[in-house]
Amino acid sequence: MGKKLESNFKNMVLVLFTITLISSAAVAYVNSLTAEPIEEAKQAKQVKAIREVIPGKFDNDPMAEAWAEKTPDGGILEFYPAKKEGQLLGTAVKTYTNNGFGGTVWLMVGFNPDGTIANYSVLDHKETPGLGSKMDSWFKPTQKEKSLIERIFGFEVKSVEKQSSVIGKNPETQALAVSKDGGEVDAITAATISSRAFLDAINRAANGLKGSREQTSATTPENKNN
Amino acid sequence: MNNLKVFTNGLFRENPTFALLLGMCPTLGVTTSAGNGMGMGLATAFVLIMSNLVIALVANIIPDKIRIPSFIVIIAAFVTVVDLCMAAYLPALHASLGLFIPLIVVNCIVLGRAEAFASKNRVIPSIFDGLGMGLGFTFSLTLLGAIREFLGSGKMFNLSIYPDNFGMLIFVLAPGAFIALGYLIAIVNRIRAKH
Amino acid sequence: MEYILIFITAVFVNNIVLAQFLGICPFLGVSKKVSTALGMTGAVTFVMILATIVTFIVQKTVLDPFHIGFMQTITFILIIAALVQMVEIILKKVSPSLYQALGVFLPLITTNCAVLGVAIMVIQKDFNLLQSVVFAGSTALGFGLALTIFAGIREQLELTDLPKGLKGSPIALITAGLLAMAFMGFSGIV
Repeated sequence: MGKKLESNFKNMVLVLFTITLISSAAVAYVNSLTAEPIEEAKQAKQVKAIREVIPGKFDNDPMAEAWAEKTPDGGILEFYPAKKEGQLLGTAVKTYTNNGFGGTVWLMVGFNPDGTIANYSVLDHKETPGLGSKMDSWFKPTQKEKSLIERIFGFEVKSVEKQSSVIGKNPETQALAVSKDGGEVDAITAATISSRAFLDAINRAANGLKGSREQTSATTPENKNN
Repeated sequence: MNNLKVFTNGLFRENPTFALLLGMCPTLGVTTSAGNGMGMGLATAFVLIMSNLVIALVANIIPDKIRIPSFIVIIAAFVTVVDLCMAAYLPALHASLGLFIPLIVVNCIVLGRAEAFASKNRVIPSIFDGLGMGLGFTFSLTLLGAIREFLGSGKMFNLSIYPDNFGMLIFVLAPGAFIALGYLIAIVNRIRAKH
Repeated sequence: MEYILIFITAVFVNNIVLAQFLGICPFLGVSKKVSTALGMTGAVTFVMILATIVTFIVQKTVLDPFHIGFMQTITFILIIAALVQMVEIILKKVSPSLYQALGVFLPLITTNCAVLGVAIMVIQKDFNLLQSVVFAGSTALGFGLALTIFAGIREQLELTDLPKGLKGSPIALITAGLLAMAFMGFSGIV
């Protein structure tokens, strides 16, 4: 092994400075390479979420026709209208809640033109791993995936009937709430806070959509005939 | 010591998780499923190999007193590279590992190997050391993740093995992480004692 | 009210060690005696609050305006490492008795992921400076609480008769699991 550089002040400053400079340059280079793919991945995730929550195929570009609106508490809701041959198929609303267990929860909720929920997709959350992630499927109608044991031995375990699906409900007529609070949606087992937060985000989206619909029909009544 | 020995040393005899008890935070934090554990392990392995390589190259020109800060900067650079690449090409995994990716910087394994091995050895053995330690870490994270996923939700690598009504939820939650790892180390100790 | 909520959440509900798995190394490493646990808590509290303030200011005045957010990890860890060194030097000169109590723990703190974790978390949560300080202080307190309780249990554990394989770290981990289970009971209070 060669001799080490002496630990005098000049050497130390010089070496540390050079290392930091080279490292920063390398990181900056990688950043410039990945900036675009990261942005694309984010966009792709949104487009995929919109596709997922709107029933049927739309032929417009909802991203291009999107509009945003402020909520009373300072947040922003984004609306993505999906149309087929000019006819409104549904609106995807990017909504959020700050009531989550671990911070903000972001959802994409699809509403049919009559205000009922078509589908939803969880965009981002920091809830307890393994529990909060159950949000992905819990509030949808049960689609039982048969487990390996059930397939091999040819039997089926009946699960307890839970009433947790929000699909088809209309939060505009009655705000959704978990059954513990007197509502009609069963909360995720052991994750009531996350469930409340989830429903809060959905109610927020429904209210926002209702508000913006009333606004547009009030200001431009002739649009109604189109 | 030849390279093969250096490699298997990290993989089994001095496995970072089971023998050295290093890098416990990600070990417990991200192993809610086998897939997450494996992703975290591989990300750490990459940082470990690259930082070992670079540090073995430059160790001679770094004055002793600023050794640790210099190593940390080099490691942090590679961690940021991994972080950015994951965000770009594996966004789903990036989201589920979250905060634990930047925290690879302070994973004791990475700095520990830089200090204990790479700064004193040549480049080739250092790469093998990083490879062995990294894969050893990946192996133990995947194993712990698989056990927790199987006991907690009846799945293995997202394939449903038994109905999840029978899963013991506690193993997916925080306490289950500690308990599962505790018993896993106890079993490994037991096997070790016999040999 | 908001600050009380941050405090309770950070100390009990989202305890940094038992719920978020940060700072496990010192949690397992220096928890054999209550007195060392208290020393470690003091050192961590001091560094964590200081580091959070400095990294917060750097993020808002340097990283954000120049759009170099990708340098966050490198910058933060350098700041923490430098800060720990500085605290060590200053403490040695100003208060030798405090240095005696905390000195041995300081080098360990650079690689304590809880410090870097909290610094990054306050940025992610979009806290303001005062909220960040309260959050850092409460997190450190939560760390100290878990560490001290755990050290108390481990002192008793030394005297118990255990199967061979469970001795040492396995039983410590299982005990930590039971402690985490107890802390889960707090999740209903917010």
